[in-house]
Amino acid sequence: MRNRTRTVVTAVAAFVLLGALWEITKLVLPAAGVTVGDIRLLPRTDDAAMPHVWTVLARLAEPEVAGAAVARPVWLAVLAGAAFTLVLAVGGLALGGVLGALLALVMQRFALVERATLPYVVASQTVPLIAIAPLVAGWGGKIAIFGWSWQPWASVMVISSYLAFFPIAVGVLRGLGSPARADLELFRAMAAGWWTTLLRLRMPASVPYVVPAVRLAAAAAVVGAIVAEISTGTRGGIGRLIIEYAQSATADPSRTYAAILGAVVLGLVVAAVVGLLDVGLRRYRGSVR
Amino acid sequence: MKRRLLCVLAVALATVACSTTAPGTDSSSGAGGSQKVVLQLQWFTQGQFAGYFAARDQGFYREQGLDVEIKEGGVDIVPQTVLAQGQADYAIAWVPKALASREQGAGITDVAQVFQRSGTYQVSFANKGISKAADLAGKKVGNWGFGNEFELFAGMTSAGLKPASDVTLVQQQFDMQALLSGEIDAAQAMSYNEYAQVLEAPNPATGKLYQPSDFTIIDWNAQGTAMLQDAIWANTERLSDPAYQETTTKFIAASLKGWAYCRDNPESCRDIVVKAGSTLGSSHQLWQVNEVNKLIWPAPAGAGVIDDAAWTRTVQIARTAVNADGQTVLTKEPDAQARDNTYVQRALELLKTQNVDVVGSGYQPKQVTLTEGGK
Repeated sequence: MRNRTRTVVTAVAAFVLLGALWEITKLVLPAAGVTVGDIRLLPRTDDAAMPHVWTVLARLAEPEVAGAAVARPVWLAVLAGAAFTLVLAVGGLALGGVLGALLALVMQRFALVERATLPYVVASQTVPLIAIAPLVAGWGGKIAIFGWSWQPWASVMVISSYLAFFPIAVGVLRGLGSPARADLELFRAMAAGWWTTLLRLRMPASVPYVVPAVRLAAAAAVVGAIVAEISTGTRGGIGRLIIEYAQSATADPSRTYAAILGAVVLGLVVAAVVGLLDVGLRRYRGSVR
Repeated sequence: MKRRLLCVLAVALATVACSTTAPGTDSSSGAGGSQKVVLQLQWFTQGQFAGYFAARDQGFYREQGLDVEIKEGGVDIVPQTVLAQGQADYAIAWVPKALASREQGAGITDVAQVFQRSGTYQVSFANKGISKAADLAGKKVGNWGFGNEFELFAGMTSAGLKPASDVTLVQQQFDMQALLSGEIDAAQAMSYNEYAQVLEAPNPATGKLYQPSDFTIIDWNAQGTAMLQDAIWANTERLSDPAYQETTTKFIAASLKGWAYCRDNPESCRDIVVKAGSTLGSSHQLWQVNEVNKLIWPAPAGAGVIDDAAWTRTVQIARTAVNADGQTVLTKEPDAQARDNTYVQRALELLKTQNVDVVGSGYQPKQVTLTEGGK
């Protein structure tokens, strides 16, 4: 319990420190930033480029669209956007996780499959996201699954899972192959089948590899969801909100930062959830070997 | 063996479950026997597309028996590609960009030239003394790239400047901070969007908002290198189908009626766009509707009619103007199917029977007062 309190306190302190650093940067560096010749080394620090922390926080309380009939405050819009993206990112993580784990399992079982597919799994991550996003978005209105027509948010989830599946596939593959030779031989000597070996030895042994893989995958899923929203213009999420607000950043820069703040909080929430997974699986950590 | 059979069965089932559908190809009727039509925009919901939202909100599409779904654009959504691939029935796109896609094989046809004038400016602070293309010599000139820059390059070229060597080209972000902070001397701006944004920003020197008198504008319409922008594009192949032809006429008619409504009721159109989900402030939105109106009205030949001279000029610039990468938009003349005034003419006839003013000869733009941040 004391440990958890400390984590929370550290997290809050880190946030405050970041805010302080932001303000110190504004105070110390020249407003025009630092350039050597034509190359910019440090960003502009005037209020238009880096609004004060308190301006951004105050903007959260102001209405999102001034003059609109139903005016919701920025914080509510940001919160709703972050929640929407959270659902898509978690969905993408789950989808990517299941696919990645299944692929790893097949690769572990059949060495031929591993040799055949692993290069493509690696290559899949070199395809730029902005190239696949319009393709996946194009499924909208074209594909129906059991009469359910493809929705824009589903494209975002698929793109998010595309990024999330890679670390999981690689992590699980590595984890399943991690038990020591002696342990595997012991299982074989005791006439344990493939299933038993998988459940009792390989899976527990893979935990130390899988947990960091899920951490990476969770971060990738969030980034994937946000970028996919920006790329395809899917309404409702924090990514779309960032770019929409950024459009009017010339005159209202603090609103953009308010949305970015929402994306940061979203990332922290997902990291915390994955941290819980770590706590739940603690007993397997280093138990085999 | 049994297991293998199960596997085969599962795969077969999955294949059956995923069926493909395309809009329009099935003449499925929506609610109340209306026909479903998908329109793909090139960007998010904003005043630039007010006419279409107004036509939907005011029931002009329904009047024609159409149930129109308006799809917003995104950073990587190319409307003409979406149209050519059959995921939309109509798309809004700039003429040069759409023609470039057409040259690469996208089967699309300009069926109504909604914006008859160009909305692109090159904006600079008044004290820089940049009021015509020739004044850009030796200056830092911002441009967006990605096919949005050709009017600027054609303008500089026709003023005798070599864009590659006589000016410093700067890739511009989509906000205008680089102009205000002096990092670029002349920034690209749409009259209805980015130009309004600088007028919504506080001037640190006065504490008030920047005023139009603080800036000078190069308007490409006046410089003679304007290119046609927002047009309604239809699928060329499907235009041979009489049913799609009829839908096209109805869609254009209802859309133009929407634009006529926005000409006469800009405030109402602002509210419609805000209601449709735009997060731009209301004064900014009204400015946008008003500026867009100026690009459409008055329309002496009738709204939406593709003007021969403007089209020829656009194509000519697209073939000759060279951008920073040494490329032109088009390598050859587009074929005759690239544009077709047939449907817009029919639509105008239809609207005249409804006593809709499709010329707007007495159109007077409003004076919109912008507030800080477009609020």
